[in-house]
Amino acid sequence: MAEAHDLKVIGTRPVRPDGVEKVTGRANFGADLQLPGMIHGKVLRSPYAHARIKSVDVSGALAMEGVLAAVSRSDFPEETDDLGRNVIARDKVLYHGHAVAAVAATTQLLAEQALDAIKVDYDVLAPVLSIDQAIADGATLVNEQMHTNGDASQPASNIAAITKFERGDPEKGFAEADVVVEGEFRVPMAHQGYIEPHACTATINEEGKITVWCSTQGHFDVRTQTAAILGTSISKIKVIASEIGGGFGGKLSVYLEPLAVKLSELSNRPVRMVMNREEVFRATGPTSATWCKAKVAAKKDGTITAATAWLAYEAGAFPGAPVGPGCMSVLAPYDLENFSIEGIDVLVNKPKVAAYRAPGAPQAMHAMECVIDDLARELGMDPIDLRLKNAADEGTQAPYGPKFPAIGLKACLEAAKAHPNYTAPVPEGCGRGVACGFWFNIGMQSSAEVLIREDGTVIINEGSPDIGGSRASMCLMAAETLGIPYDRINAHVADTESTGYCNMTGGSRTTFATGMAVVQACEDIIAQCKERAAMTWDIDADQVDWDDGQAVPKPGVNADVDPLSLADIARTWGRTGGPILGRASVNAQGAGAGFSVNWTDLAVDRETGKVDVKAYTAIQDAGRAIHPAYVEGQMQGGAAQGLGWALNEEYIYDDNGVMENAGFLDYRVPVASDLPMIDTQIVEVPNPTHPYGVRGVGETPITAPLAATSNAVRDALGFRVSELPMSPPRLLEAIDSQEG
Amino acid sequence: MSKLHVTTSVNGQPEEVLCEPHQSLLDVLRDELGLTGTKEGCSTGDCGACSVTLDGRLVCSCLVLAAEAEGKEVGTIEGVANPDGLHVLQQKFLEHAALQCGICTPGFIVAAKVLLERDPNPDETTIRYWLAGNLCRCTGYDKIIRAVQDAATELAHEA
Ligand code: FES
Ligand code: FES
Repeated sequence: MAEAHDLKVIGTRPVRPDGVEKVTGRANFGADLQLPGMIHGKVLRSPYAHARIKSVDVSGALAMEGVLAAVSRSDFPEETDDLGRNVIARDKVLYHGHAVAAVAATTQLLAEQALDAIKVDYDVLAPVLSIDQAIADGATLVNEQMHTNGDASQPASNIAAITKFERGDPEKGFAEADVVVEGEFRVPMAHQGYIEPHACTATINEEGKITVWCSTQGHFDVRTQTAAILGTSISKIKVIASEIGGGFGGKLSVYLEPLAVKLSELSNRPVRMVMNREEVFRATGPTSATWCKAKVAAKKDGTITAATAWLAYEAGAFPGAPVGPGCMSVLAPYDLENFSIEGIDVLVNKPKVAAYRAPGAPQAMHAMECVIDDLARELGMDPIDLRLKNAADEGTQAPYGPKFPAIGLKACLEAAKAHPNYTAPVPEGCGRGVACGFWFNIGMQSSAEVLIREDGTVIINEGSPDIGGSRASMCLMAAETLGIPYDRINAHVADTESTGYCNMTGGSRTTFATGMAVVQACEDIIAQCKERAAMTWDIDADQVDWDDGQAVPKPGVNADVDPLSLADIARTWGRTGGPILGRASVNAQGAGAGFSVNWTDLAVDRETGKVDVKAYTAIQDAGRAIHPAYVEGQMQGGAAQGLGWALNEEYIYDDNGVMENAGFLDYRVPVASDLPMIDTQIVEVPNPTHPYGVRGVGETPITAPLAATSNAVRDALGFRVSELPMSPPRLLEAIDSQEG
Repeated sequence: MSKLHVTTSVNGQPEEVLCEPHQSLLDVLRDELGLTGTKEGCSTGDCGACSVTLDGRLVCSCLVLAAEAEGKEVGTIEGVANPDGLHVLQQKFLEHAALQCGICTPGFIVAAKVLLERDPNPDETTIRYWLAGNLCRCTGYDKIIRAVQDAATELAHEA
């Protein structure tokens, strides 16, 4: 692997290739496409959280002038999976906002009005609205066919799955301890809160060829999912990813695309569908509300002897809460002999949860990092020292099995101890809270093609939607590998028919895995350029080196020739075999876990319950920061999302399962005046499996802030508040009950 | 429903549009005039993605009826760059990596431009409060604030 001091462009901060388009309003996002003859689709959504659908009649809508198509469950193949049942309800509606029918009309307003003309006959059922309700004896079943872990010998249950990790003898560990600390924590449902609502446009031609433009984290997945839900072949569908206005995991699954295609088929027009913000809240996104118990024990010197965690996650209406990753993450920062972790995936009548940045980890780590903080307090130890004493390191066996290769947790903790923001005393009237963060990161499949223009400039074609500057990272890695200037390279997110298969932008995999494919495709270019140079010079290809962007004869090779640049080789490629293009594909392994340490100083107004975040510092191991400004941006954005979740954000439901705050006014995400500058420090412990040492950086940033904030509030108030968000009313209530 | 005839000016260009009485300025800009640089994040005035100026005043175009633009000057993100290049704010947003996904960026630049026209030397708190109507979910605002501060400094030097 290249050493940091050998790198010329990696680690610099150039302007992103798609930047000008995005600061001038030229960039086309999901809702920006206009096509001739295009009409507008809208979705009719369930007014009930749980009901059986007796009938759906769209004829009233179809009778309206200007309404060109209407669809309901009967327009889709009966055989379908959970995703299909989420896109359009079948026998039951399972949450308030569940799609029941859709129409397309010549104007947006007309489409909205036509929804009123659709008749749906419901048999209303009691909704299941919390984990406590769902797992109680005799609970109403969200899905009568659901058996825990698929075991049909057991009665049907709202618990879809149970996950367990165990090692050593926790009982013995607790018995040996000098101090035992435990706690129980609730974290509310939260939404990813991307600013761009879901949007797509679909069209189908006379031979059944479908084209979909949409805002997505993975257009190849849109192709797979849409084909499955429509019962057609992926070879009939081309998906073009628009620019994407945020996703954070929430734009991995289709919601609108199959409906838009069907409406287009029936109307013979291109159909655009755009959700409004209320629909985004009610029908997409959220991550699990959770109820977690954590317990940890230690010797007087701080050595942790045992830990246990019980994690219950709401999945929403279909199985698949991110409780597995929660179990993987909850104790990942620690090197432990004795632990047990159990997680349950619980169905409730709420929207199907979607991935949200390090899905599942923030909630579980909130519980454990709070308990670790309490342990430090009990032991009278500095919270960073306690973590350093027990920190996972290279060779530690992760709770979920594999041994960690080189990881940066200790480096982050040491950097935190030495950081001026940590050595500085806690400001008067403030509390300080520390927490560790973790995400395992993923690799998966990516392809890249590198095309050379006749003038030697370079185009990268790849399939990872650019959600936060990944084109810049690809260009930097290509520039470094090829040895040419950054501004001679452009990166292009190609559609499903213009580049090789690529998994989604998610799991912090893009810079790692797609980056790996880009580097290998550039190496392919270099190999070909060496051959072309050898042909030109009439020597063997293995007598040619690639040095600083040029082909040169190897030292000692007797050839009196001038070096050949990419441009030189391109100029004469007609004589050496024609145009040059490089390609590579990977199923990348060894993503390399990402660890972080965060702390915040904050004050609590005891009169109003309002928290004022005075300072926030995030330290994270990036392996190697390709474009440090975008790495810092991930750390800052994750911190802000975590602070929002800790302090204000939550889904508020009434007794009927209707979300009461489905808008940005009442679902309050942090605004600029809520936050301080977010200080960052990037630690670089290179990931041995990536050519430049990259680890994913996108998810880890949201895994520490919940606990860091909770721990700071604990420090400020002198007692712990175990339920998030710590919004003014909740804190005021907690303060009153303490003082009362 | 009969359409309204609205005569307005967008980025200095006279425009005439036929619109429905209920249509927002945002919808008319995007759907009738094809100016899709102005974004819709909520249509309830809570996100600022649709920020434009109306006679120089910063507004959420989702909360303004298109008919209200009659006889007024509308300024959108498409009018921010000069013929000779990007506006300093646009340049600073790029240099500071003040955008990740970029959906909020047009709104922030339009809003920040109005701020700097009124207060060429705002402190951090002023910037944060002025931009509190613009949501960004990606950046945590840090780099946005720095970009605006840097743009203010550069504009002061130019002046
Ligand atoms: S779209 Fe106008 S404020 Fe959000
Ligand atoms: S950059 Fe994505 S919302 Fe601001």
